[in-house]
Amino acid sequence: MITITHFLVVSAVIFCIGLYAVLAKRNAIMILVGIELMINASILNFVAFSRYDKVNYGGQVFALFAIVLAAAAVAVGLAIILNVYKYYKTINPANINELKD
Amino acid sequence: MTIDLLLFYAFAAMAIGSALLLVNIRNTARALFLLFIVLFAMAGLYLFALADFIAITQILVYVGGVLILLIFAFMLSNKELLHDLQSVSHRFITIPRWQALIISGAFLSVMLYSVISWSQTMPEWIESAQMAGTVISPSDNNIQALGFRFMTQYVLPFEIISIFLMMALIGAAHLSRKEQHT
Repeated sequence: MITITHFLVVSAVIFCIGLYAVLAKRNAIMILVGIELMINASILNFVAFSRYDKVNYGGQVFALFAIVLAAAAVAVGLAIILNVYKYYKTINPANINELKD
Repeated sequence: MTIDLLLFYAFAAMAIGSALLLVNIRNTARALFLLFIVLFAMAGLYLFALADFIAITQILVYVGGVLILLIFAFMLSNKELLHDLQSVSHRFITIPRWQALIISGAFLSVMLYSVISWSQTMPEWIESAQMAGTVISPSDNNIQALGFRFMTQYVLPFEIISIFLMMALIGAAHLSRKEQHT
């Protein structure tokens, strides 16, 4: 029997790997990948709790919303990254240290 | 140990192992292809929580859309990436590696401690749902139920999310267009 603790432990580990990627990577695309990992961990939590909520299906519905939000965030974030790359010729967040004007 | 527990452990090990490899690998293209494996394994984990439609949507949206976008952006900004990895001197805002390791390890220990101490007693609504039998069973028709909820109970968040998605896509298209002047 797969209990809810299994899901919670797996999602905690995935979340912390994503947090490490956000903190340590020096590449904007990898930071975006870390954010995706964190969002996936939270969706796993939503889905795991939704198993006990047959009346409302709240977890699964909001897991779908979270997937849509993540897709929108990636689209906008990649557009910003491409613009930043066009202007600075780098996507290391440490080197982007001035405003445009 | 039953077969479903074994499969669950296999999927979890695949997700965690390839996520660990993803953050440690130097090559960004290989890291993005490892993200494929992580997302597929996470979709498999959703199946074990009896959320089949979420798993299919994960594969469609993430693997089909998001990952292709990420690889596309990587291919468009490829030249500077390899050069970027060698310059270690420009660390002004980003945290060094060991500090990030300490922070995420501390966060992991806090979350694991809270999960372990919390899992002794289930919360009240889970116990009452188990008592009343309103738990999703493998023979339920999830997609039909989700469709009914989307169009009745959650119709306002559904409309808001569609407007939001349109705004975000228009904004992305606006940001990545070519500028006429200047």
